[in-house]
Amino acid sequence: MRTLIRGGRLVDPANRVDEITDLYIDDGRVVALGMAPDGARVEREIDASGLVVCPGLIDLNARLREPGAEHKATIASESRAAASAGITTLCVPPDTEPVVDTQAVVELIHRRAEDAGMARVEVLGALTVDLKGKRLAEMAALQRAGCVGVSNGLRPVANTEVMRRAMEYASTFDLVVFLHCEDPWLAVDRQMHAGSISGRLGIGGIPETAETVAVARDLLLLEQTGVQGHFCHLSSTRAVTMVAKARTRGLAVTAGVSAHQLHLTEDDVSGFDSQCHVRPPLRTAGDLKGLRAGVQSGVIQAICSAHQPHEKDAKLEPFTLTESGISALETLLPLALDLYHQGGMGLSELLATLTSNPAKIIAVERGALGIGAVADVCIFDPDVRWVLEEDAMLSQGSNTPFLGKTLRGRVMHTLLGGQVVHTWEP
Amino acid sequence: MARSQFCQLDESGRLRHFLTTEGLSRETLTDILDTAESFAAVGKRAIKKVPLLRGKTIVNLFFEPSTRTLTTFELAAKRLSADVMNINLRRSATVKGESLLDTLHTLEAMHCDMFVIRHASSGAAHFIARNVAPHISVMNGGDGRHAHPSQALIDVFTIRRHKPDFTKLRVAIVGDIAHSRVARSQISTLRTLGVKEVRVVAPRTLLPPVPEALGAKVYFSLEEGLRDVDVVMMLRLQQERIQGPLLPSLHEYQACYGLTQKRLALAKADAIVMHPGPLNRGVEIDSEVADGPQSVILQQVSHGIAIRMAVMSMILGRRDSAEVSN
Repeated sequence: MRTLIRGGRLVDPANRVDEITDLYIDDGRVVALGMAPDGARVEREIDASGLVVCPGLIDLNARLREPGAEHKATIASESRAAASAGITTLCVPPDTEPVVDTQAVVELIHRRAEDAGMARVEVLGALTVDLKGKRLAEMAALQRAGCVGVSNGLRPVANTEVMRRAMEYASTFDLVVFLHCEDPWLAVDRQMHAGSISGRLGIGGIPETAETVAVARDLLLLEQTGVQGHFCHLSSTRAVTMVAKARTRGLAVTAGVSAHQLHLTEDDVSGFDSQCHVRPPLRTAGDLKGLRAGVQSGVIQAICSAHQPHEKDAKLEPFTLTESGISALETLLPLALDLYHQGGMGLSELLATLTSNPAKIIAVERGALGIGAVADVCIFDPDVRWVLEEDAMLSQGSNTPFLGKTLRGRVMHTLLGGQVVHTWEP
Repeated sequence: MARSQFCQLDESGRLRHFLTTEGLSRETLTDILDTAESFAAVGKRAIKKVPLLRGKTIVNLFFEPSTRTLTTFELAAKRLSADVMNINLRRSATVKGESLLDTLHTLEAMHCDMFVIRHASSGAAHFIARNVAPHISVMNGGDGRHAHPSQALIDVFTIRRHKPDFTKLRVAIVGDIAHSRVARSQISTLRTLGVKEVRVVAPRTLLPPVPEALGAKVYFSLEEGLRDVDVVMMLRLQQERIQGPLLPSLHEYQACYGLTQKRLALAKADAIVMHPGPLNRGVEIDSEVADGPQSVILQQVSHGIAIRMAVMSMILGRRDSAEVSN
C-alpha cells in the first residue's frame, strides 16, 4: 500500500525541512521525499497543494476519562476527536479511576486505544500509590508496562520528603516526572486567579504564588535529584521566568502550556462563565503575554491541549461548584497557530512545540518525517477560517468557551502509521 | 468584560432581574429608592397592603439558612398582595440526586413569576437567571461572597434619609470586606450614587487580593479610616474567620477594629452608624454604640421591606405594562 502526499509544504522541524515537496509512504513509514522511489506504484494520492504537511501532533496533556469516567468520554470517542484535530499521539495523566498505579491499568488503556485505532495513546504512570502522595508507586513496573513518564496528575504532593524520594526513585529508571505545580494550601477550595476579578466576584482566589511556590520547590528538588522534570502547564509569567533561569543554570527541565492559556485571561470569568473554570486558573493579561513570550523564546517547549471533556451537568452549576477543564483537542492546532499568524513565530518553530519537542520530552521516536520515520502525518490548511459548532464536535464533551468562535487553521487529513484516520468533509 | 456580563435589564433598560448593583445606573438606583420611599408609608397604615402584585407568585428559594432576610422578603411580597412560598433547601437537599436545575425546573412548572434566591455560592443568582424559563424573574437575596444588592439599597436608603446629598459624603466600611457580599454591593452602589469617598477599613487578611480594584480607599487603621467620615458601615465578623489563619482572635480583632464610642468620636459629630445585622456585640461593635444616638441600625431593618417591595413591583409591574402594550 503506497501513499503519495503530493505538493504540500512539508514542515518537519526536527529535520529542519520546510519546502514544497512530495511525501511517499509505504508500509506505515516515510520511504521517500521529493522523488518517487524505484518501482513505486502509488495506490493512493492525497493532494496537499496549498496545505501544510507536518508530523502528527503530540499532545502531552489530555484526559480521555477512561477508565472510570466514561460518562464524560471514552478512549474511542476522544481518540476520534484527536484524529480530526491532527493529533496522532495523546499522552494521558494517571488520574483515572482506578489510578494508573498498576500495570493492568496501563495495559487496559493501551488495549482500548489499539481497538479504537485512531490515535496512539501514551500513558503516564502514577508517582505515588493512588496519587495520595504517601507511598511510591511501582514505577519500574509501570515503565515495563510502557509508561513514558510518571506524574501525580492534578494532585500536588504536599509532603516534600515524599516528592524528593519519588524524584530520586524516578531518576533511577530515567523516567521523566510530569509536574502540575500548585501549592495545596494556597489553592484549596478556590476556583480562579486571585486578582481584581476574583475580588469583584467574591470568588476564592488562587494566588500566583500557588504556582510559583510549588515551581520553586520542585525546581530545587529537580536540581538535587537530577531527574528530568516537565512542568505540564504553567500559568504565570513569573513561573516562566523561574524556569528560564533554571535552564540557564543548566537544569534539564522542560515546560508546557495549554493552548487556552495563550488566549484567555481572568477577564473571561467576569460573567461567571463556568466554561472558563480551569486549573491552573486563567491569570492576567500580563501573564498571557509572558506565556506567549515563553513559547517564542523556547522556555516553553510544548503546547498542550489540557483536554478535559465533561458531561453537560458538570458545568451546569453556579461557577464555584462546577468542575474545571475545557474540551480542547479540537481547538489545539488553531489556537496554537495564532502564535504564527499573530505572534510572529515561524511556522516550523511553532510546529516544533506540537511535534518534535513533545516527542523528545517523552522520548518517543515520533514527531518527525525523515526517511524511515513512522508515517504519523497531519495535513492542514493554516489559513482557512471556520466556526467551532457544538454539533460538529467529535469529543464527547463540548465544554469549551470557544464555541461559536471563529478559528483559523483546519486539519484536512490525518494519517496514523500511513493509514488515513481522518479526512475533513465540509 | 462586557462580553460576558449577564444583562439584568431588558431591551428598554428596565429591570428584568435584580442580581447585582454593578452596572445599574444612578437613575435606576434612584428610581428604586424613590419607589421605596412611597412604600415606606404603607407599613405605617392600618391596612398594610397594596394590590399591585395580586395574582403573582413569588418563591423565596433559600439554599442558606436565614430568618431576617427571608422574613422581610416574605412580608414585602405579602404587602404587595402576591402569593408567597418559602422553600428552604439546605445544600444537602440538592446533593441527593436532584441538581439545582432540576429543583428550579420543578418550581417553574408551577407557574411562578419570581424566584428570590439565597445561595452559598458566588454567581448562583446569575446562573439561575441564565437558566430559568423566560417568564421568571430572579431577585438575588445574597449569593456567596458576591453580592447582596437589596441590602446595599437598604443601606443607601437609610443614609439618604439622614444625609440626602451623597456627593458630600465620606463613608467608611469596616470589617471583613473579603468575604462580604454586602460590602461589595455597598461599594458599587455608593460609587454609582456619587459619594465623595468610600473607604474600606480592615486588616490585610480580610481584604480581597487587589483591594484598590473595588474602587475604595484602603485603610488598615480604624482610627485613620474613621477620621471625618459621615457614615460608618460596620460588617459582621463570622466566627469561622478566627478558626483559619486570617485572624489571631476575636479579642485582638475587637482591640484593633471594634467600634467603640471613643473611636466613633473621630468621625464627624453627626456621623451615623450602620450594621446589616446580626450584631456581634462586643466584637465588631460595642453595645454602647449599637444602641447609642448615632446608630440607625434598627431603621435599616425597617427599611428592608420597602426596598424589597420597590424592586419586586418594578420588576413584575414592568412585565405587566409590557404585556398590556403587546
